[in-house]
Amino acid sequence: MPESHAEIETDELARRMSAVVGEAHCISDPAGLSVYECDGLSHGRIRPRLVVLPASTEEVVEVVRLAHDAGVPLVPRGSGTGLSGGARPTPGGVVVALSRMRRVLEVNLEDGWVRLEPGVINLDVTRAVQGRGWYYAPDPSSQSICSIGGNVAENSGGAHCLKYGFTVNHVLGARLVLDGGEVVDLGGPSPDTTGYDLLAALVGSEGMLGIVTEVTLRLLRKPEATRTFLATFPSSDEAGEAVSGIIAAGILPAAIEMMDTLAIQAAKAATGLNWPEVGSILLMDVDGPLAEAEHTSAAAIGIARSAGALEVRIPVDEAERQLMWKGRKSAFAAVGRLSPNYMVEDGVIPRSEIARVLREIGRMAGEAGLRVANVFHAGDGNLHPLVLYDARNPGEEEKAAKLGGDILRLCVRLGGSITGEHGVGAEKAAYMADMFAPEDLETMFLVRCAFDPEARFNPDKVFPTPRLCGERPGPYRPHPAEAAGLVERW
Amino acid sequence: MTTRGHLDECVHCGFCLPVCPTWINWGEEMDSPRGRIDLLRGVRDGKLEFDGPVALHLDRCLGCMACMTACPSGVRYDLVIEEARAQRELAVPRGLFDRLHRAALFSLFPYPRRLRLAAALLFLYSRSGLQWLMRATGLLRLVSSRLATLDALVPRIGTASLASGLPARLPAAGERRARVGLVTGCVQGVFFPNVNAATARVLVAEGCEVVVPPGQGCCGALSTHAGRLDEARRLVRGLIERFEAVEVDVVVINSAGCGSHLKDCQRLFAGDPFEPRAAAFSKKVRDVNELVDSLPPRAVRHPLQARVAYHSPCHLGHAQRLTAPPRALLRAIPGLELIEIADGDQCCGSAGIYNLVQPASADQIGARKAAAVLASGASWLASANPGCTLHIQRQLRERGATIRAAQPIEILDASLRGRTEPDGG
Repeated sequence: MPESHAEIETDELARRMSAVVGEAHCISDPAGLSVYECDGLSHGRIRPRLVVLPASTEEVVEVVRLAHDAGVPLVPRGSGTGLSGGARPTPGGVVVALSRMRRVLEVNLEDGWVRLEPGVINLDVTRAVQGRGWYYAPDPSSQSICSIGGNVAENSGGAHCLKYGFTVNHVLGARLVLDGGEVVDLGGPSPDTTGYDLLAALVGSEGMLGIVTEVTLRLLRKPEATRTFLATFPSSDEAGEAVSGIIAAGILPAAIEMMDTLAIQAAKAATGLNWPEVGSILLMDVDGPLAEAEHTSAAAIGIARSAGALEVRIPVDEAERQLMWKGRKSAFAAVGRLSPNYMVEDGVIPRSEIARVLREIGRMAGEAGLRVANVFHAGDGNLHPLVLYDARNPGEEEKAAKLGGDILRLCVRLGGSITGEHGVGAEKAAYMADMFAPEDLETMFLVRCAFDPEARFNPDKVFPTPRLCGERPGPYRPHPAEAAGLVERW
Repeated sequence: MTTRGHLDECVHCGFCLPVCPTWINWGEEMDSPRGRIDLLRGVRDGKLEFDGPVALHLDRCLGCMACMTACPSGVRYDLVIEEARAQRELAVPRGLFDRLHRAALFSLFPYPRRLRLAAALLFLYSRSGLQWLMRATGLLRLVSSRLATLDALVPRIGTASLASGLPARLPAAGERRARVGLVTGCVQGVFFPNVNAATARVLVAEGCEVVVPPGQGCCGALSTHAGRLDEARRLVRGLIERFEAVEVDVVVINSAGCGSHLKDCQRLFAGDPFEPRAAAFSKKVRDVNELVDSLPPRAVRHPLQARVAYHSPCHLGHAQRLTAPPRALLRAIPGLELIEIADGDQCCGSAGIYNLVQPASADQIGARKAAAVLASGASWLASANPGCTLHIQRQLRERGATIRAAQPIEILDASLRGRTEPDGG
């Protein structure tokens, strides 16, 4: 019979966990615990009861069993770079940090896959195989540090997902530890299409179904050629038109990224790039066989020019190309140079609405008296408005949060979504009801309950009103005993 | 409105984690730059005590500044850690052995004369068979792993270490392009006298008049990086005064840790009447690789057949952002093949006195570096910092491997003199 979590003393739990992972890898001192209070979303911190760092599937199994027996919630954590608070600790819960599980277990280039532990860093997958002309396609901006386990949990995207798809398109298999310690393998290196696609349910489940301890990823051959260009525009109107025009012409770039003036300023400050501070820029990659890349790139540049590009820059060498992308990928964190605090939003809109929505965001920001920087995946219509504020000014944080919420609702109104790739986590749970009817949420919850009936894993995320499996949502329905007149309503 | 401190510039993005040697060691947030900043914020905001665990995680930081290169937000981690180290010494008293060990290091390293005496004793120690005995019996490790580390690091002492140095002035070869003052350093001058000699020869050959102010002591870098700021001020002030007496266009230094400290030493005198003098001095400081690279080559580079792996010292690559000049200087030598070490921008674990005070962590980091150096297949290791060279050579020795090591400037010197290899190694 599981003990309720109030019953077990933290010291006793720490003793039991230490016996599994080793004393050095069970963190219980206030200093150690304090640094696990948040992930990449640094407000709304919660100090965990314990942090454990297991080193193998076997250790994870034991940790999960102990937590199950003690009735303690678990929160899996990768590198702690998530932007929606998905790895924020649950009060009274134990954080399971997977950053020690970072071995690449098997590389099979003949069949184009790699099997690895969840703590492996995204970019290290590519590093392990690039010498032989292969790479791992999904490239979140945090790819130099975010973990594959975290990518699986969040179904992470990235600039090049426009052409190559999100994490879900690249995960071939996963080993999952369920509550109680059962280990299940979903999918595998060979195509596995029989029955329900449980793997697809796992990818993007935000750590709510179990703990992933192994992942098999699809690898791709590095394209023969990549052509990169940067186009500058007076405003997002022309840039937005260029994006729509390029896609409408049947061109599928590997990536089209848009940045506005504030984002350009931040990227320049972080990398020393000499970009002009125009209203908007597009950074675009086209890849494929050489002839195709050349042809498509020329066509896209033509469309950008006729949409009103002021200037088109082509990097002279790979080093300059890398620097341009570094500018783009460091832009989020670089905004820290422009403002003491900011909130990263992550909404999706139909691509054709980009210019209109950016104008509307500008208007809303003006009304709120705040600045908003925009740096985002234009090809997917995946916006990242960064709401800048100064928490030291009374009321400004609340104003920023309201503006962020209003922007997300605007996205939903236009037929988009409250998240494109950062996940719902703790931060966006409140907006789920703006996007989904209660029945939708109920259906999603049933999936969760099928894997994790006691809500052991990451219990207070994603759903706007956390509850236990078996609780009936919706309007009151009389209990059969009540209907039979045996008892009064309780 | 309060002034925004350096701690608040961190946006918690985590880009610093994968470049931090201690995060790579243990995968733990507390031993990452982001984690340490978080700890210090906790202390500042009264949410955490400045206690043993906080001190431990600060002590484990190498100060390699790789995080500064990686940080998109431009956090001044160098200032954060320096200030935190000073606070740490006050907040958490060190144990007796730790105190004595540090006191011994800090009363030895900054003083060239004492170092020279130590070198003489070490010369006897190594040649008398005592060193062999201590190592063979494992007696030293039994007494202390720190002492054993120190023993293993000691370079082979030549008789040149026992004499002190260079003439006070060397005229430029050909038309003079600059009048340069040479900082001879403490460890560099005693344990690697060839480096100073090579530096002077290259500068002379490239048209610099070289002045070597007499009576130089330590520049205070070790003290600054350890948070011993009063000591640092005293030492650097002494050095600056020696250089003021000789009036030079450029102050050149061939030790990366010292260079990064000297380029920024005016900070130590904020609000002090000495500040403008320190600032004037700082502005003149150049790393020797930086200076030579900035002068159009004049002397003939003779071919040197060698496969050279370049190790980028953190205080050159990260703190001074000088990654290209030493490589350019080596590449310009005909016949020399320059090899990059995998993860070459990562610290080797030496980090000033880090390998002496945190030997276990330093060994873990050093093991990765040694493996990468061996995998590079190089016959020479070029490193622009004496501490790195000693540490990497020791790591290789413990794996039964050896590699000949020299500073880039020594290799260039060999090329200019038409030698087949540098004097050192």
